Amino acid sequence: MINKITPTIEQALAGVHDGATVMIGGFGGAGQPAELIDGLIAHGAKDLVIVNNNAGNGDVGLAALLKTGRVRKIICSFPRQADSYVFDELYRSGKLELELVPQGNLAERIRAAGAGIGAFFTPTSYGTELAKGKETREINGRHYVLEYPIFADFALIKAEVGDRWGNLTYRKTARNFGPIMATAAKATIASVHSISELGGIDPETVVTPGLFVKHIVKVPRTATGPAGFKQA
Amino acid sequence: MSEQKTLPAWTRDQIAARVAVDIPDGAIVNLGIGLPTKVANHLPEGREVILHSENGVIGMGPAPEKGQEDYDLINAGKQPVTLLPGGCYFHHADSFGMMRGGHLDVCVLGAFQVAVNGDLANWSTGAPDAIPAVGGAMDLAIGAKKTYVMMDLLTKTGESKLVQSCTYPLTGVGCVSRVYTDVAVFDLTPQGAQVIDIVEGLSFEDLQALTPVALGDAR
Repeated sequence: MINKITPTIEQALAGVHDGATVMIGGFGGAGQPAELIDGLIAHGAKDLVIVNNNAGNGDVGLAALLKTGRVRKIICSFPRQADSYVFDELYRSGKLELELVPQGNLAERIRAAGAGIGAFFTPTSYGTELAKGKETREINGRHYVLEYPIFADFALIKAEVGDRWGNLTYRKTARNFGPIMATAAKATIASVHSISELGGIDPETVVTPGLFVKHIVKVPRTATGPAGFKQA
Repeated sequence: MSEQKTLPAWTRDQIAARVAVDIPDGAIVNLGIGLPTKVANHLPEGREVILHSENGVIGMGPAPEKGQEDYDLINAGKQPVTLLPGGCYFHHADSFGMMRGGHLDVCVLGAFQVAVNGDLANWSTGAPDAIPAVGGAMDLAIGAKKTYVMMDLLTKTGESKLVQSCTYPLTGVGCVSRVYTDVAVFDLTPQGAQVIDIVEGLSFEDLQALTPVALGDAR
């Protein structure tokens, strides 16, 4: 019998090894799997490469992981935010390597990894500093930059409802990177707020088909808090 | 009290209203973080415009009532928004495919500098101690069918942000077609920068004196 429902976060993260590349879903706070990140901190794996749109907010979640000093490198599009002081300090003191990627290239490189695409030409970043040293090509009169996939060993994502086959739905804009990261990692671990019987999720509404998911862990629902901007 | 002469200028809301006038009914629009988000407040009555946000939503509505914020429903600036009937969600690769694939009619962005050839610089001042952050700016700039910029014409120290050639790091090459500023609106054309609107009380000659870019008068 297939059963991807895993009783504890500890069990779901047991396979994470030092030096792993870990994708973490989320755009600011929305879709950031806080419980899984706390689990990764408790697990203790080090020398990690993290892929996320941002680089943490405040002192919690991804910021707390960075604070442990166990992240070697972060691949992201928008590290600097009103409350990214943990990242800012690590970056300025040279303790954390940054690969800055335009957000659409980040998304497409993740998608490409999951879809078996060897590389792709994109118009984004052509003629800018972020395309320096990269192969370019003119195709039908437009200029493109060659970009390669980003693969991961693990993806930690936040979903809404899951079933024992690993099918997932998401909630509002918390979906963001979850569905594509799930495809790009060797092992995807999803937190969900509720678990459905097989067939309980309308098949027309499944966003991530179960084959992309290895573990599902149920976590209590807590309201997502504000993050990433200056509050009045 | 000094008697310092100040230029006539549109307020930020007036610039936003000026942009809004040019957004046609039915357009799919992405408004950049900051000043451009004001455009949403000025869309003329009866005009149906669909707002796209990079983090996976179209049909974005206004900010929620106080106490109704849901931080799973946010905009690119990570502030809480609402969803209009007909709106929907999608993942990041689809969202940026919408941009890159030319499915957005208009995007409105802020800028540090815009060059007369349409080059845009809006993501980095190139300062060596700055923490770089690009987000979706480069994808938006080159993806939308029309990329408009909304900015003050002058920096706080009086330099023109409309320039012959950008000195700040580029966001996109030749992508901006129109620039809305606090004193004038410019079309960037193969024939150079054409003025299509000037704030009342400012002459064309006064405007020309503010920028090193040679202006044409297309009013």
